[in-house]
Amino acid sequence: MQKTVNQRAWFLVLPVLILVAFSSVIPMMTVVNYSFQDSFGENIFFWVGLEWYKELLQSERLWDAFGRQLLFSFIILMIEIPLGILVALSMPKKGFSASICLVLMSLPLLIPYNVVGTIWQVFGRADIGLLGRLLSDLGISYNYSQNAFDAWVTVIVMDVWHWTSLVALLAYAGLRSIPRAYYQAAMIDQASRWSVFRFIELPKMRGVLMIAILLRFMDSFMIYTEPFVLTGGGPGNATTFLSIDLVKMALGQFDLGPAAAFSLMYFLVILLISYVFYTVMITVDKDEAKP
Amino acid sequence: MSAELRADKRPVARSRRRVRVGPVVMAVYLVFLLVPIYWLIIMSFKSNSEILSSFTLFPDNFTLKNYRTILEDPSWYMGYVNSFIFVSLNMVISLLVALPAAYAFSRYRFFGDNHLFFWLLTNRMAPPAVFALPFFQLYSSVSLFDTHIAVALAHCLFNVPLAVWILEGFMRGVPREIDETAFIDGYSFPRFFTRIFIPMIAPGIGVTAFFCFMFSWVELLLSRTLTSVDAKPITAIMTRTVSASGLDWGVLAAAGVLTIIPGAIVIYFVRNHIAKGFALGRV
Amino acid sequence: MASLTLKNLAHSYHPNPGEDTDFALKEVNHTWEDGRAYALLGPSGCGKTTLLNIISGLLTPTSGHVLFDNKDVTASSTAERNIAQVFQFPVVYDTMTVGQNLAFPLRNRGMEVDYISQRVQRIAQMIGLEGDLHKKARGLTSDLKQKISLGRGMVRDDVNAILFDEPLTVIDPHLKWELRTQLKSLHREFGHTMIYVTHDQTEALTFAEKVVVMYDGRVVQIGTPKELFETPAHVFVGYFIGSPGMNFIPVSVAGRKANINGETINLNHDYGDPQGDVLLGIRPEFVRLTKGDGLPVQINHIQDVGRHKFVNATVFDVEINIAAGEGFEIESDMTRVEFDPSNISIFCDDWRINAEAVDQGTGAMT
Repeated sequence: MQKTVNQRAWFLVLPVLILVAFSSVIPMMTVVNYSFQDSFGENIFFWVGLEWYKELLQSERLWDAFGRQLLFSFIILMIEIPLGILVALSMPKKGFSASICLVLMSLPLLIPYNVVGTIWQVFGRADIGLLGRLLSDLGISYNYSQNAFDAWVTVIVMDVWHWTSLVALLAYAGLRSIPRAYYQAAMIDQASRWSVFRFIELPKMRGVLMIAILLRFMDSFMIYTEPFVLTGGGPGNATTFLSIDLVKMALGQFDLGPAAAFSLMYFLVILLISYVFYTVMITVDKDEAKP
Repeated sequence: MSAELRADKRPVARSRRRVRVGPVVMAVYLVFLLVPIYWLIIMSFKSNSEILSSFTLFPDNFTLKNYRTILEDPSWYMGYVNSFIFVSLNMVISLLVALPAAYAFSRYRFFGDNHLFFWLLTNRMAPPAVFALPFFQLYSSVSLFDTHIAVALAHCLFNVPLAVWILEGFMRGVPREIDETAFIDGYSFPRFFTRIFIPMIAPGIGVTAFFCFMFSWVELLLSRTLTSVDAKPITAIMTRTVSASGLDWGVLAAAGVLTIIPGAIVIYFVRNHIAKGFALGRV
Repeated sequence: MASLTLKNLAHSYHPNPGEDTDFALKEVNHTWEDGRAYALLGPSGCGKTTLLNIISGLLTPTSGHVLFDNKDVTASSTAERNIAQVFQFPVVYDTMTVGQNLAFPLRNRGMEVDYISQRVQRIAQMIGLEGDLHKKARGLTSDLKQKISLGRGMVRDDVNAILFDEPLTVIDPHLKWELRTQLKSLHREFGHTMIYVTHDQTEALTFAEKVVVMYDGRVVQIGTPKELFETPAHVFVGYFIGSPGMNFIPVSVAGRKANINGETINLNHDYGDPQGDVLLGIRPEFVRLTKGDGLPVQINHIQDVGRHKFVNATVFDVEINIAAGEGFEIESDMTRVEFDPSNISIFCDDWRINAEAVDQGTGAMT
């Protein structure tokens, strides 16, 4: 659509600007301010320059949390994206059953994060949870609050449970927008099921999948509440992801300086990775369009 | 057109006869989604002693005691009221500021529009954990700590960018000619916007409201940080109970079930638009 | 290549069709002869696409059979029928190159690599894309994309038939003509059975050797363009073919005379004594304004379109169109019209009365 140049459109954007300035810019400036200062109790601050940043970059604790976070987001994407596509392909195309599937699938998305944590906390317990009980009856030793590996598996399964539907819904929306003629042409051309997926469905889903990957990356990278409720970051620090670590530092220990420096680097990393994702996908898009 | 659409009944049926994988995958996935929820629901109907002493797939002594506990104790049920208040406030604020902005982005080019749009989206990428502490200080300093409006404003951080994004997608689908015709017919901008344009994108507004509701309703970190007593949301009350030892699992489960119900009701109304809401946003 | 036979074929989108109106396609019996080019002509929603999709196997008919060379294929899949079909809107595989697109149907059938590249070259030349074989299909204009679709339809030389479902809808007017000509020459060269669905009479009449006219789920006439023009079998054909369409005047007919408001029109044939709604049909080209003879007429307006003048006039409350040749001068005292008797058609309850048959019938009786 051809847009007209109109500088007065700024007035329409103004409310958003003011609101976001209040809820984002001002807090962000405090964060920046803190990150360069140290304080001893009440309102006494002095300038420490890049000291906090240096300290953090050398801190093993941060790098460990960062590593766990990357691994977690990577595993999440590797499971949820293909699984979401598979579910979307398996969904009924129309009618009552499609509505039912949509409603049931969306259910986990609307459960408060801490309730998601609670559900799995209960579900996985060997004494009162169905999953925990089942596994222990099968003779599999499983305890998410003691064993780091079990804790990881539980957190990942929980996230898959919580968010795969989002990917599936997006992919489903992409699939629904493919005109019937494409499938008919594929039948005429005797394309295999795989070819239909590879040459029709996947290319047509590219846009929504890009959104799905970005959203899932961002949100999994910021994950806080669910593992916090489920494991509290433990056992030990096994499931202490970046947000959990940050909140511990900022609100638990009230280490304002390091927490602020941590916050800024955290935010920048998300922005950077998202930006790289975005650019890479756009470039791939353009390359393919080239002759 | 309707004939063309219906024309596909048979081929679909035929291909499904050949490949039966679809329904199986779907069934397995739905079971995976629903069993944990089922477990929470039946737990909410058990007494705490039954939960801890015996392992049953269905409550032996079906009881509503857990729900009664919640509905009779203000420190529990006020949590729901508080959540509803700030979620509604947030929805209204987000829509009010996002509507004109989305219109501007969908219709006009102006100085810095693309940068502004991207910058808005970056707020969606900001981890709430980063903002927890500064928010706490900011809202304390302006005496808004422990008020509903504080949480509502804080949630605007991620809901406003999202609302602008979704609404912009819906608005782009409305042809410009509609605007131009209305202006030629002598409509003023505010009148055009409220009388003609908003009704036209009503589904988009519904979807946006749904997403604002959803993300504000499920959020814990910010709402917990910004409240202590008067505006404490149900989610925070639940975690408080978790941290206290010797907790009553039955009541916790009942509280959890009660947080799922509003979402389940809302989603039924927008079921046909949810996926579209995201898919329309510009990348 | 094969002949296609439709036997008692009918289709309804309702699960339990009862009445006639439930059927999107009413019972049809017809054989599409091997190697001929047909057009399937009719307005939107008349069942053309339904019929086409039944032939290609994308749709299974409610009743009746489809036969290819007398072999029943009603239950066969699209792939087994070995049919090519081109759709209304371009369908290209975006991530493939033009060449890969053209080769796709052949690859799926496991053809030899040499054969594939030779075919692709040939077809690419035909549709004028031989220079673009290595271009990605994404980002091409819809004209070019539709050319690829056409090419994919034509790339297999062993198909039983090629079906076109309004393939030129998205093509620019000046290219339409070019592509249609290419299709015709392809038909001459390869001799495939072709069925071309369209709602545009010019397309149908210029492309096809035989035109099948459909109306309201029914095949109303099958004939050459000339037959459709001169002897429409149904009121709809008269109205739909020609521009403007045939004029219809309600009359009563007895033997060789038609009566309207006390005026008599002489007919070339004996039509017997038809009961029901009787209409006299005459094409604008065969109506002539006169100063003395014929029916009284009142001229409403005249439209000059270059080679012709179209006159809109009223005869006994019925609006008619008259096509006057370039040289014909319309004068103010022309108050009557004459119909060329050899080009008059008589319709009873929408269907044409076949005059020759009636002639023979009366002849046999006396």
